[in-house]
Amino acid sequence: MSDTPKIRLRGVTKSFGDKLVLDGIDLDVPANSSMVVIGGSGSGKSVLIKCILGLIEPDGGSIEIDGADILKLDRGAREAVRAQIGMLFQNGALFDSLPVWENVAFGLLARRSVPRAEAKARAVAVLAQVGLAETVGELWPAELSGGMQKRVALARAIAAQPDMLFFDEPTTGLDPIMGAVIDGLIVDCVKRLGSTAIAITHDMASAKRIGDRAAMIHKGRIVWTGAAADLMASGNPMVDQFTHGRREGPIQMELRR
Amino acid sequence: MNALLDFVALVGRSVLGLCASSGRLTMFAARGLSHIVRPPFYGRAFLRALVEIGYFSLPVVALTAVFTGMVLALQSSTGLSRFSAESGVASLVVLSVTRELGPVLAGLMVAGRVGAAMAAEIGTMRVTDQIDALSTLSTNPMKYLVAPRLLAGLIALPLLVVVADILGVLGGFIIAVLKLNYNAATYLTNTVNFIETQDVVSGLVKAAVFGLLIALMGCYHGYNSRGGAQGVGSATTSAVVAASVLILAFDYVLTELFFAR
Ligand SMILES: Nc1ncnc2c1ncn2[C@@H]1O[C@H](COP(=O)(O)OP(=O)(O)OP(=O)(O)O)[C@@H](O)[C@H]1O
Ligand SMILES: [Mg+2]
Repeated sequence: MSDTPKIRLRGVTKSFGDKLVLDGIDLDVPANSSMVVIGGSGSGKSVLIKCILGLIEPDGGSIEIDGADILKLDRGAREAVRAQIGMLFQNGALFDSLPVWENVAFGLLARRSVPRAEAKARAVAVLAQVGLAETVGELWPAELSGGMQKRVALARAIAAQPDMLFFDEPTTGLDPIMGAVIDGLIVDCVKRLGSTAIAITHDMASAKRIGDRAAMIHKGRIVWTGAAADLMASGNPMVDQFTHGRREGPIQMELRR
Repeated sequence: MNALLDFVALVGRSVLGLCASSGRLTMFAARGLSHIVRPPFYGRAFLRALVEIGYFSLPVVALTAVFTGMVLALQSSTGLSRFSAESGVASLVVLSVTRELGPVLAGLMVAGRVGAAMAAEIGTMRVTDQIDALSTLSTNPMKYLVAPRLLAGLIALPLLVVVADILGVLGGFIIAVLKLNYNAATYLTNTVNFIETQDVVSGLVKAAVFGLLIALMGCYHGYNSRGGAQGVGSATTSAVVAASVLILAFDYVLTELFFAR
């Protein structure tokens, strides 16, 4: 069944206390494509991605990966699914007790398929892809700038060439040129390695470069999906307001004046 | 009447809460321990924890033990002088240190030092998503973070207590010989004559249990911490307090098991 989406969400709900964060999310991500998710701050994008990873247990709905509902799998099978996913966390989440290169090589070392020396060589190669010199590999995460940490986290996510890649704001905090380089790297992972990617971003230029398709989330629901190329001219008033950054429109920011 | 009902409800809630949290703790301990015997093993993480718990605790445990032995000798010499048993001091020092004070004091010192550090480290990893990141990198956090620390606690504490036993007796010896002018050879003979294997072994078993408790509390409170720096701070406090109380409680239980007939 080649038309089964790689990732399919139906009616996913999640609330924290009495705060409803996800209110019935439906989303399809076809295999070997990339989906960009946009939406206001606090709209539940990170929670959504953590639900798919199995780090947050949704209250209801189904999350299918390759046609199997992961919420119904046992712990071991879910770990196996999670091992196929590379994740870039919004805050980097680098292991600060390990040097940079071991962070990048962590997934490779964990599988024990390659010796340390080879894993280190692979880590250095991936660091070069994200524009970091070999010497950076010997530093500690705390010794890096914010943007460098982000790039190391990205390198760690893609180092083991996983089947699925989730990026939570991959280019936030990077300069525009490095942002474009990283976007190129993500596209490369999808096109050349055949990965399936979900990327959360607030950067419209980046969204168009990375995404095949795009979805907008608002108040816990997907309010629009379409081609990423159409983001700036979607015809949907909410998306228009968001992508053009207008203050007036259907989305009311909850501000107190 | 209403106040009474409120009070009963409060007690009920507390008891239920206590049951729930001890259930969670037991589950956590069982999962952590089961990962010790199931591969893959993380030798590096284990060695790091062993050095952290064992080696770096040596100075504080050594100082505690020496001074405890010295105080014991001094106190018992004044207390026992009426029966004038020179041998009494030697036996009292060696029995108290090996059976009781060595493991308990070493346990409490290590709980303050290591339990806090563990809770802070794992708690920080939790609130900065590092534990989540582990599980996306084919690594089970219970296996990588918790199991090596539990095992290291279990092994390091008895080793520390061996050192504490020796230094505690030495402290007593120093005071007895230099200050109380006892005969050195007699003191040592008395010490050796009085000590039995069971005294030392029971102390070491206690130490192993305390080491496990310290690591368990550090890991459990760190692993379940929530809400940024403040959450990590209170996890640290809880780890130390819980470990200390449990050490004293288990000390009683183990003593009962070993010596009450
Ligand atoms: N562990 C949690 N406990 C309680 N509430 C949470 C938790 N995680 C997220 N939330 C809430 O869920 C909502 C969505 O959070 P989320 O991190 O998904 O936002 P986001 O869309 O990623 O925003 P941003 O673009 O700022 O990263 C927020 O209102 C947040 O307060
Ligand atoms: Mg987010």
